[in-house]
Amino acid sequence: MRHRLMLTVALACAGLALWTFAAQAQQGEQQHRPAAPPAGDAATRGQALFAESCASCHGTDARGVASRGPSLRGVGAASIDFYLRTGRMPLSRPGIEPQRAKPVYSRAQIDDLIAYLTGLDGRGPAIPRVNPAAGDIELGRQLFTDSCSGCHQIVAQGGIAPGLVAPPLDNSTPTEIGEAIRVGPYLMPRFGERQLDAHDVDSIARYVNEVGQHPPNAGGWGIGNVGPIPEGMVAWLLAGTALLLVARVIGERAS
Amino acid sequence: MSRLLRMLTDLALARGVLRARHPPPEPEDHADPTRYDAGAPAWAELALVVLLLLCGACFAAFAVLLALAGDTQLLGATAGGGLALLAAALVLAGLRVAPRETAVEPREDAPEPEETAEDERLLGAVADGVSRRRLILGAAGIAGTGAILAAAAPVTALGPSARVLDESPWRRGVVLVDEEDAPVLADDLEVGAFITAFPRGADKRELGSPVVVVRVRPDELELPAARRTWAPEGLLAYSKICTHAGCAVSLFRYPTYEPGSSPPALACPCHYSTFDVRRAAAVVVGPAGRPLPQLPLAIDAQRQLVAGGPLSGSVGPAWWGTRRS
Amino acid sequence: MTPTDPVAFVDDRLRTSRPLKAVLRYVFPDHWSFLLGEMALYSFVVLVVTGTFLALFFDAGTSEVVWHGPYAPLDGAQVTTSYASALDLSFKVPGGLLFRQTHHWAALLFVVAITLHLLRVVYTAAFRKPRELNYLVGVLMLGLALLEGYAGYSLIDDLLSGMGLAIGWSVSMSIPLLGGAISTLIWDGPYPGGEAFLPRLFIVHVFIVPAVLAGLIGLHLAMIVRQHHTQFRGPGRREHNVVGSPMWPGYALRSLGWLAATSAVLVLLGGLVQINPIWQWGPYQPWLGENGAQPDWYLGWLIGALRLMPGFDVTAFGRTLVPNPFFGGLLFPTVVFGLLFTFPWLDRVAFTRDRAKHHLLERPRDNPRRTGFITAVVVWVATVFAFGASDRIFLALQISYDLQLWLFRALFFVAPVVAYVIARRWAEGLRRSGAHPLRGVQADVVLPPRQPADARVGSDAARREG
Repeated sequence: MRHRLMLTVALACAGLALWTFAAQAQQGEQQHRPAAPPAGDAATRGQALFAESCASCHGTDARGVASRGPSLRGVGAASIDFYLRTGRMPLSRPGIEPQRAKPVYSRAQIDDLIAYLTGLDGRGPAIPRVNPAAGDIELGRQLFTDSCSGCHQIVAQGGIAPGLVAPPLDNSTPTEIGEAIRVGPYLMPRFGERQLDAHDVDSIARYVNEVGQHPPNAGGWGIGNVGPIPEGMVAWLLAGTALLLVARVIGERAS
Repeated sequence: MSRLLRMLTDLALARGVLRARHPPPEPEDHADPTRYDAGAPAWAELALVVLLLLCGACFAAFAVLLALAGDTQLLGATAGGGLALLAAALVLAGLRVAPRETAVEPREDAPEPEETAEDERLLGAVADGVSRRRLILGAAGIAGTGAILAAAAPVTALGPSARVLDESPWRRGVVLVDEEDAPVLADDLEVGAFITAFPRGADKRELGSPVVVVRVRPDELELPAARRTWAPEGLLAYSKICTHAGCAVSLFRYPTYEPGSSPPALACPCHYSTFDVRRAAAVVVGPAGRPLPQLPLAIDAQRQLVAGGPLSGSVGPAWWGTRRS
Repeated sequence: MTPTDPVAFVDDRLRTSRPLKAVLRYVFPDHWSFLLGEMALYSFVVLVVTGTFLALFFDAGTSEVVWHGPYAPLDGAQVTTSYASALDLSFKVPGGLLFRQTHHWAALLFVVAITLHLLRVVYTAAFRKPRELNYLVGVLMLGLALLEGYAGYSLIDDLLSGMGLAIGWSVSMSIPLLGGAISTLIWDGPYPGGEAFLPRLFIVHVFIVPAVLAGLIGLHLAMIVRQHHTQFRGPGRREHNVVGSPMWPGYALRSLGWLAATSAVLVLLGGLVQINPIWQWGPYQPWLGENGAQPDWYLGWLIGALRLMPGFDVTAFGRTLVPNPFFGGLLFPTVVFGLLFTFPWLDRVAFTRDRAKHHLLERPRDNPRRTGFITAVVVWVATVFAFGASDRIFLALQISYDLQLWLFRALFFVAPVVAYVIARRWAEGLRRSGAHPLRGVQADVVLPPRQPADARVGSDAARREG
């Protein structure tokens, strides 16, 4: 009876693991890198790239396709740059949550696509110039706590809510942080220059760089910097098991 | 399954309480468990010395480091290491060095019925020769109740009346300011933005003060008829204190492209109560029992956001008698 | 008698020889699982020692000061004196962070130890007559430990614990009829509370509850000494005797070693593994909230219950009667603690079914229905607990939060029943086979060779097998 129980548990674990793999694989599905573009100026090259991979969801004229993808006219260079350099686009299929992945396009190809799309409609936020060193870290902490930690967690370790996963910011460059603030990608809110100016963005980027990506762990091993859950696990699995073993040495077993 | 049902019925009918059952018979071995082993092996005695010396060294290192204001990890490692070595020394002493003995002691268990009766008689002696027992007991009961009330009464001095829970500083015409007391201008907020705002001049820490202002597209709004004028240019303001358990509603999700995604909503990070901002903060997911109170907004001549009136309902978690907003 | 003979010195003045002999020869059974209660006791000792140090530096109060110190993101920030003094302890007082972290780890381990000890007591039926009173004292101490820990980490007024206090306030508000009045009383006004709230919480945490706990611990130990500890069945062990080590030298040395080991683990954790890095959370304000805020582990069952509850307040005629936090925050813990408090009598009716005194313990397999019931309750609480903590894990597995909610609501009802069945079957199987639960070694019951003429031997053997 015990063997059957263990077998069932083992099968359940294997099933769960397979499911996770499948889910991850689906998200991480990438198209293979497009071939070298034909000659011509940046906008022409961009149009060719666009037609190859993006038009199926965003429309051949970049005006969007109902229930598949939004219009890309007037979204701004910051938006195009953000989604492409973080690999969030192209999506393997419409309707799933864009997540950070290995970028499909090279820097030159991204510039070409930006040239093409901003040529169609030049509105929208430009790629911001972010300089973390010019930021004030105390201001950054305040702003990040007020505007960002509700989703991204207080030291940028990421968080969740119904319908969304707010990713950890370990891999975010200062430019990407600035772009995300201006663009409000996917379900993220948007903050314009009048709400958070360039100095505010520099400060937030500095906070993410210095605190989020290198959490100040004066107390020792940070165990993930996400608070009481790993702490409880250490209390049970480290302290508890260590002391149970010591108790077995000190005491006797039932004879 | 039938056994489970039987257990539940037994419980319900309290069967078995009155049945006198005997405990299972004790094993019939006649083994004598006592033993006495003295004499420590040489290795144990030497090991004990080494452990104690190392322990002393660790504690000395800790003391030195503390005087030098050393770093937490080194302090913990030396003090903890010293304690671990001390533990090993004590356990070794108890298990191997000191004589090992197993002894037997009888339990003094059974009470003497005569002694119990004697105690009861001694306690009862207070009433010897007393005739009006019931009267005295009744009067003592009244005195006791009075004493309890008197002991509990000072507690009421500790706080103000519960009516204060319904107050909030928002009135018609109060200007919304941010955390630095700068007025919030309508043009500061893009579609999809959110900001925390307070009434100008009020205590920010008061629960009724913080509101969260968000901006959606005006054509997306689905407010009830009475609130049509509460959201000028798509700007909405709701109390930031969650109506479930009082946390700050600090999550705002606004979709870039709604098909295949989630509608605009404010969410609370504590228990994930989610409020649909276009429909007057109606609860869509989670344990909140009522929507967030809404603050009517207006835009004045300088494009500042001002309140158009008080909040639409009680702020924060409900309590007995709260009005549903 | 010479001045260098301390025993004779004291004995001459206080006549201690007879009590001392009783103490020195007092017999304590040796099973390793009897050390779990001491683990709790020694964690309490560490809490008092480290807590005394902390109390000499901590300044509970709500007035604002500007903090300056070596941590740049908070340098120049305006914070309360509670938070500022906790930052000073962490960054400026030599050894301050070590004491703070050791204190907090000790609080976590204190409840771990009580939980393990409670499980040992209920699974081995140590709470039966004559130990019901002592069991009640123990459950009371568990409740006090939970409140004490919550009060302790909430004193610091950081963002994480401040969010937890808001929730505590809303649960207090949900007390039927009196909730609003009780809350304004405790918090010295409407939330976030008046000036007196944190100082009062401080007194509760460093004086009132520790004094009550110390008294209850004394009572708990006194009752154990009076009745002697229980013991497992074994050679020479009977209902009317105690077999084990005498207090001196063996038991005392090993017990002191256990104190040193518990302290060692706590101090090592206190120095090497970070806990509650308050500088990362930042100061609390009622309008701030961060994602992933959680209470300390021992309150995880409550956050799970609060999240699991469907969203409704009980209302009538446009007014609230029972707010939602009541169900997860008050009703659920009342049911669980109600079960704990009444368990000796529940057990007597359902599982033990006799009124005799018991000094010999049962192994879990000796009463499969009790084992099944306890396991069902544990799994029930653990399911709620898991939901409170597992949201991130499940999202990593791409299970939406809505789906998780419904899954766990179903498990809330199904899991305890399944656990009862499995635990009971396992216990019955172990009882039949005599195997060790983990090693699975088959222990044959070796009987003397059957004498054909001696019918009595046969019936003894049959009884031993059954």
